[in-house]
Amino acid sequence: MRVKAILTALCALCAATCAFAAEPVRLGAVLSVTGPASFLGEPEKNTILMEVDKINAAGGVLGRPVEVVILDDETDVNKAVLAVDRLIKKENVAAILGPTTSGNSLAVMGKAAAAKIPLISCSAAEKITKPVNPYIFKVAPSDRLAVARILTHAKAKGYKKLAILTVSDGFGQAGREVLKELVPAEGFELVADEVFGPKDTDMTAQLTKIQGASPDAVICWGTNPGPAVVAKNRVQLGIKTPLYMSHGVASKKFIELAGEAAEGLLLPAGKITAADKLPDTDKEKALLVGYAKAYDERFKAPVSTFGGHGYDSLHLAVKAIANAGSDKPEAIRDALEKIQNFPGIGGIFSFTPEDHAGLGPDAFIMLGIDKGDWVIVGQ
Amino acid sequence: MKLPVIGQNAAQAALFLLLLLAVPYTLPNEYYLSICILGALNAVIAVGLNLLMGYAGQVSLGHAAFYGLGAYATAIATARFGLPIPAGMAIGVSLATVVAWVVAAPTLKLKGHYLAMATLGFGIIVSIVFNEAVDLTGGPSGYVGIPRLALFGYEFASDHSYYNLMAVVLTFVVLLSLNLMKSRTGRALRALHVSEKAAASLGVDIAAHKRFVFVLSAALAGLAGVLYAHYLSFIAPASFGFGFSVQLVVMVVLGGMASVWGSVAGALFLTALPEALREFEDIDILVYGAILVLTIMFLPDGLAGGLSRLSRRLRRLRRQGDAS
Amino acid sequence: MFAGAPQYLVSGLTQGAAYGLIGLGFTMIFNTTGIINFAQGEFVMLGGMLSVCLLGAGLPLPLAIVLACLATAAIGGLMERLAIRPIAGAPAVNAVIITIGVSILLRGGAMLAFGKDTHALPAFSGTAPILALGAAIQPQSLWVLAVTLALLAALKLFFTATIQGKAMLACSCQKKAASLVGISVARMALLSFAISGLIGATAGAILAPITMTAYDVGMMLGLKGFAACILGGLGNPFGAAAGGLVLGVLESFGAGFIASGYKDAFAFVVLLLLLFVKPSGLFGKAGVERV
Repeated sequence: MRVKAILTALCALCAATCAFAAEPVRLGAVLSVTGPASFLGEPEKNTILMEVDKINAAGGVLGRPVEVVILDDETDVNKAVLAVDRLIKKENVAAILGPTTSGNSLAVMGKAAAAKIPLISCSAAEKITKPVNPYIFKVAPSDRLAVARILTHAKAKGYKKLAILTVSDGFGQAGREVLKELVPAEGFELVADEVFGPKDTDMTAQLTKIQGASPDAVICWGTNPGPAVVAKNRVQLGIKTPLYMSHGVASKKFIELAGEAAEGLLLPAGKITAADKLPDTDKEKALLVGYAKAYDERFKAPVSTFGGHGYDSLHLAVKAIANAGSDKPEAIRDALEKIQNFPGIGGIFSFTPEDHAGLGPDAFIMLGIDKGDWVIVGQ
Repeated sequence: MKLPVIGQNAAQAALFLLLLLAVPYTLPNEYYLSICILGALNAVIAVGLNLLMGYAGQVSLGHAAFYGLGAYATAIATARFGLPIPAGMAIGVSLATVVAWVVAAPTLKLKGHYLAMATLGFGIIVSIVFNEAVDLTGGPSGYVGIPRLALFGYEFASDHSYYNLMAVVLTFVVLLSLNLMKSRTGRALRALHVSEKAAASLGVDIAAHKRFVFVLSAALAGLAGVLYAHYLSFIAPASFGFGFSVQLVVMVVLGGMASVWGSVAGALFLTALPEALREFEDIDILVYGAILVLTIMFLPDGLAGGLSRLSRRLRRLRRQGDAS
Repeated sequence: MFAGAPQYLVSGLTQGAAYGLIGLGFTMIFNTTGIINFAQGEFVMLGGMLSVCLLGAGLPLPLAIVLACLATAAIGGLMERLAIRPIAGAPAVNAVIITIGVSILLRGGAMLAFGKDTHALPAFSGTAPILALGAAIQPQSLWVLAVTLALLAALKLFFTATIQGKAMLACSCQKKAASLVGISVARMALLSFAISGLIGATAGAILAPITMTAYDVGMMLGLKGFAACILGGLGNPFGAAAGGLVLGVLESFGAGFIASGYKDAFAFVVLLLLLFVKPSGLFGKAGVERV
């Protein structure tokens, strides 16, 4: 008898709390918080945690709080697949943010699409949104845009012969493919094509070989720490040939690692990298500076473009939920496809049924490194 | 009545299969099935590797390469050249087998740590080829668009159907290994593990037996590879690197050397452990390492040895209980 | 065609000296215990990361490096005492798995303690390259070579002129006989782990200005160190150092003259071919079996 009374009381209590606290909107995220891609995944996770708090402090979405279940895939493709399975089948999320890396995104896309759950990848590979899969979107700008930015600069400088030096991982391979296509297509001559391993610690052999082909400029495509080693080796060998880096090292961390060897290097980067140096006329400046400041205060770490991918994927999902007035996966998908001129950290997003990448060529600016700080050398 | 050995094995295997097939109905959520499928794939490789390591006493730190060769061969054959899936699978397993056969001759002459180094080097060379032969393998970003497994007009589209298939395959591999070890070949392998000289003086062809078991274990790894490729529809070189080879060895040792059931347990345990440790968030890696160290410290014969000791102790307790 | 050769040689020797030092650490432990220590690479990582950390805490560079090396030696000793000694008598493969577990623990601990970022250590004496014989040599490369030679000489002295060193040699020849003449085999094992930690950390600290360091650099460096000591012949410390130099030069020439993507593959192919011809390495004694 007593048991029954307690049970009734419990049920009543439960019903009461449920009525007061609206059920949260549940989103999932699969990020490479540890492992080789943690330099991407960790700022993404931090940003999502920070922005969820901000959104909830401002009343959430549809009058309900937002909850993001973040799973770490350890930069491992099997773990990414398991994590997406868990989000779909166990956590019942309405949409998925991430994965962080292109490989993991390509591996899990099929699962999300089959379950009809929209997925907003934080990675850059073109294959993710080309051909367009109705449920798959991405926020990281394609490598093509970054390469185009470099080549425009090189053309203006009058360079003819280019050499490329790329890292042999997913990021470097994607860059290398685009470079090998665009460098000849834009009228340059590709005189050397070298690679280095992601854990390699000495690139003097490659640089010596490249020097033998006497290029006008070298383009190095990789993520820390490889490119910093390349920069140091270049100085060590006394090479004066101009060196372009990729947006993969667009953070203060690179300048710190390469030290004096970073002086004079050039790279394409998202506006967030040098937000405080943007002209005041830039429409995005206030948003970017605000985000950079908040991130710096909370995590005591310099802001990077990568965290911006977390910001963009989360805010796009929340925006779509608000626009749709529902957190049904199908409705989120439809609303995502209609989003126009949404100001994000990576640029202005406009999705269409034919374009699920949403960014234009203005996503990148050209930066130089001078006295250990960024200078904008081309908008 | 006592069953003959082969019959005993068959009975154990049948029971095992029934148990495996019943598992999905006890799981609270279909997500756990994905873990079981990956666990079963790893178990197939671990059982094969244990034939080599536990019974014949030959180390391999390169088995991830055979797993990868199987996966890439079927992926390229089916997705690129449009061959039917069974043909792709046959090519995958054959490639792993043939490569193992070629590598075995010079490699198995080496002993101990030199053998470990040679297999390790072989594994690294293969994984570099997966990474660098971009035109063929898709390079580091992986190979997309591998068709999901379909045999004889039936597509294993749901995870449950794929799991059932894996249960049957794993049971078959376990039965094969149990019977092999009870056979003349199995006894010869164990003999050469204890002393190659003694085995040779008894007329065992050392080189041929070593080569046979090496090729068999590579073929099983290749089989797991093709099943993995057609399950995930996506493969990347990172899954077939040195780290995975080491993990396989850990599965075998943690499960228990020279125990077929131990390898199954070790593989399932190490596959499920990281998922179970998700609750620990950041420190999960520390807990994982600690569990690994403590298990080996306190269960020197692995999970299999630990379980059999436990069951012996329980039996003794029961007997004491009966007596009192 | 051969224009870059001097540069490749210099780069290869620098890298190779580091591989050799790491291989030396493997050899120390293997000789006294018969264990291949998979955590050796983590000692290298700790040497680099602890130096960076102590330097960041305001210590002068030389002091930071000395402290980092001593701390790593202590960690090596602790590892032997807590995880290896309790399982004495178990099969060697169990001990190897334990070292894998310890390497996961050390890597995870370093990730939590120092973060996931890559760090650089300042070069010991500037970065202005020295031009000689058609190659640019970093001052730090000379440091690496000099420290490697100094450590080798010190080890030589240790093994031939000190009672501890001779006792350790005795353990590597015949454990049982050593214990019968009153040598504490357990103490020698402890000492070998500590020395191995010291050597590994030294390699990590002197390499960090050139290659930079992060919590996850250990695995790859450990692998190369293992390859170095197999190449030189397991059990021979000077073979390990020589093996490292050969491996480094092979890699560098592979990258320069063949294809940079296949440079590791090239080094390993040569290593395999060599093992097939000479199954106990360049300087190993044939017929020694210790499994």
